[in-house]
Amino acid sequence: MNSLLNAALVLVLALNLFALGTSRILTVIRTVTFQGILLGILPLLVHGHPSLPAVYASAAAILLKGFAIPFMLTRAMRDVHIKREVEPLIGFLPSMILGAVATGFALIFAGELPLADEHMTPLLVPAALSTMFIGFILLTTRAKAILQAMGYLVLENGIFIFGMMLVEAMPLIVELGILLDLFVGIFVICIIVNHVNQAFSSLDTRHLAALKE
Amino acid sequence: MTGLWLIVVAAAVLAFSGLPACFFSRRSCAAQRLSAALMILGSAIGGYGVFLSLSAPQNEAVSLPWTLPWGRFSIGLDALSAVFLIPILLVPMLGAIYGLGYWRQADHPDNGRGLGLFYGLLAGAMLMVVVARDSVLLLMAWEVMAVSAFFLATTENENAAVRRAGWIYLVATHSGTLCLFALFVLLKKITGSFALSAVETGALSPTLTTILFLLTLIGFGFKAGVMPLHVWLPGAHANAPSHVSAVMSGVMLKMGIYGIVRLIALLPPLETWHGGLLLALGAGAGILGIAFAIGQSDIKRLLAYSSIENIGIIVMGIGLASLGRTLHRADFVVLGLGGALLHLWNHSLFKSLLFLNSGVVIHATHTREMNRMGGLARHMPVTSTLFLLGAVAICALPPFNGFVSEWLMYLGFFGSLQVSASGGAAWPTAALGAIALAAIGALALACFVNALSTTFLGVSRQPLAHEPHDPDLSQLGPMLLLAAGCTIVGCAPQYVMPLIQQAASQWLDADAASAASLLSYVPLRWIGGIALVLLGAAGIGFLLLRLRLRTRSVCGVGTWSCGYARPTSRMQYTSTSFGQMIVALFAWALWPQTKAPKIQAPLPSAGFFSTTVPDTLLDHFVLPFFRWTGRLLPRLRLLQQGRVQIYLLYIVVMVLLLLIWETIGNKS
Repeated sequence: MNSLLNAALVLVLALNLFALGTSRILTVIRTVTFQGILLGILPLLVHGHPSLPAVYASAAAILLKGFAIPFMLTRAMRDVHIKREVEPLIGFLPSMILGAVATGFALIFAGELPLADEHMTPLLVPAALSTMFIGFILLTTRAKAILQAMGYLVLENGIFIFGMMLVEAMPLIVELGILLDLFVGIFVICIIVNHVNQAFSSLDTRHLAALKE
Repeated sequence: MTGLWLIVVAAAVLAFSGLPACFFSRRSCAAQRLSAALMILGSAIGGYGVFLSLSAPQNEAVSLPWTLPWGRFSIGLDALSAVFLIPILLVPMLGAIYGLGYWRQADHPDNGRGLGLFYGLLAGAMLMVVVARDSVLLLMAWEVMAVSAFFLATTENENAAVRRAGWIYLVATHSGTLCLFALFVLLKKITGSFALSAVETGALSPTLTTILFLLTLIGFGFKAGVMPLHVWLPGAHANAPSHVSAVMSGVMLKMGIYGIVRLIALLPPLETWHGGLLLALGAGAGILGIAFAIGQSDIKRLLAYSSIENIGIIVMGIGLASLGRTLHRADFVVLGLGGALLHLWNHSLFKSLLFLNSGVVIHATHTREMNRMGGLARHMPVTSTLFLLGAVAICALPPFNGFVSEWLMYLGFFGSLQVSASGGAAWPTAALGAIALAAIGALALACFVNALSTTFLGVSRQPLAHEPHDPDLSQLGPMLLLAAGCTIVGCAPQYVMPLIQQAASQWLDADAASAASLLSYVPLRWIGGIALVLLGAAGIGFLLLRLRLRTRSVCGVGTWSCGYARPTSRMQYTSTSFGQMIVALFAWALWPQTKAPKIQAPLPSAGFFSTTVPDTLLDHFVLPFFRWTGRLLPRLRLLQQGRVQIYLLYIVVMVLLLLIWETIGNKS
């Protein structure tokens, strides 16, 4: 099981870097969707035998991240007729390098953490940290509001991976609560995207600087 | 039900007394009467509660857990609390009755209901401040009090000067609260709980005692308006409606004094220089406060500065008592703290009376400027008599109450010259306090002669739209009651002394307290008797004058007409010219600002002369400091780029820094 889990996590890391490197918004959405579905399967892999709470959590995550959220985001994109290019604030290559550095940092940092033995073997903690960092990179370096939503999503994926360690300790209700939060967050962002587009005729959040004082 | 719980009920009734009126029409005077009735009800319940608990032999205390993470719902009632409860129950209630005529809701539809709401809230919060025995509860009540006072002071917020005064008050009160946070956290570290319980002797190092003392002094001093921390006081008092000023000056300032007295009672005896510092601060505040008052031509600012002076006197008494605690002189404690507490009562009586009175005057003349008033005594004989009474009381002249409390302090200061019978040390420097007190008294007399004569005597300096007249009973009644209070305390001080004595002995250990009795130090019966004789003589003189005037014809000549055949109203001493000599004496502290035309030609053109005495500290130090920071701090706007990405970057950087800090911290 462990090798399967590690393979899935490596795939997640690769998807992270891919999301940083693509220039089309739709591809980023699909990448993150795929990552979400992959993460949805993760709870079943972590503990070998599928328990009922793990099945619930995985079903909810796949439903939400694999279908509901991508649907909302693609609709929002269609509604606001935006250009399909990503428009990064720093180039694709530098952001990929940054992502790689962050992943390396996550690996080193996870080695330093005082963790229980059962968490030592898989890539779980480094993958979680690196996904969170890359979520942050997406949030801070992309100009368009939709990409911000993607960054938020990736950040949450990182937290989700972290939550894997606790899937038995943490009540299901907490897991579902986090997913609900995420859903509402993306929902609100989609509405805001529409409004930003109406007000500024663009989705570039740099225009929002006009609102400062 | 015990007295303590009755007081909690009273606090609730007072706090919500303004709420029902909010559901009525904004012009409904019936709703305002309902609020006033609730205030009376609440005060009556509270008064009965105080009576019950005072007649019980021991102090009451209740401590219940609550759901907040800190503190407990601890309340208690002892003589010290009772001393402060009585003005809280009396003055706001009288102010609410006064407000029925003074601030009629039909005339003030925009702010009448808000005023009523926060007025009740302020009274209720003050009750809770005084009974709280837990610092968390105390701070909560303290903040409710401070914020409701802010909304009351800014009642007429359409006026820019009112808003400015309100902001200054808000900044000042929160600076004080900041010190209180530090104080209570330190106390928690020492005693282990947020309960306001006595700190054991020997638990504190001298440095720690000094820090706690200074935090107490600054934190509560901001609210009390002790001189360097008074900057908010004149503006807020002058711009609030008069019955609100009466409550703020007569009662709310005293909450600061309560804090100081309560905290010092909890701490082990302070060092000598702490008492000396209090004495010096009090003397300075008293003399400069009254000097500033003389320089004012706004009647309410004058009264506000006079409050600073009276707070100074109270702080002097506390300083003497603190010295007595250090030097084991029970007589200092009883006379100093007893004098301070009695003066606090007295001040809440006569200052409220004067503020209510000033409200009537302002209603009649539509100005706060004394230089435009004059001649009101003819039209408002009752009001002017009441002002005279209040003025005599505040100048600490017999036969009224101010005399008694200052007399106690004088005795204490004179006592500092000699070694006590029980062998306590002398501290002759404190005798300087008697000189300061005498100077304050003389200046106060000058100040109130000025206020009384320019407002009520002479002839009117401006044409008035309506003939001024005495107000109706809803306004006169509260003033009459306050005046009666001044007279009763002045003529029969022996009846209020037991409570004051009990409260003052909280600063003493049990055996010293039983030995030191106020009645043995002060011939109170004599003071009361002489006051009665004086009152009687004044009454007889007045009757004789009336009899004499009945048989003689009186010619109506303007006061101070100085033999001119046709004097005009401009040929009178104005308030400014009356005070000019004293203002010039104190010019080193008052920094009066004078604008005079330069006369060069033999036939100069029309010129204008004006002089004002603004608050030196506020205008020359505090506001420039804030303007300077206001110029400096906008550079931090560099951080505010208005870009979501950059804000998120701040979060990332902060998280990373924390992670690194934590890793390094774990390693070392």
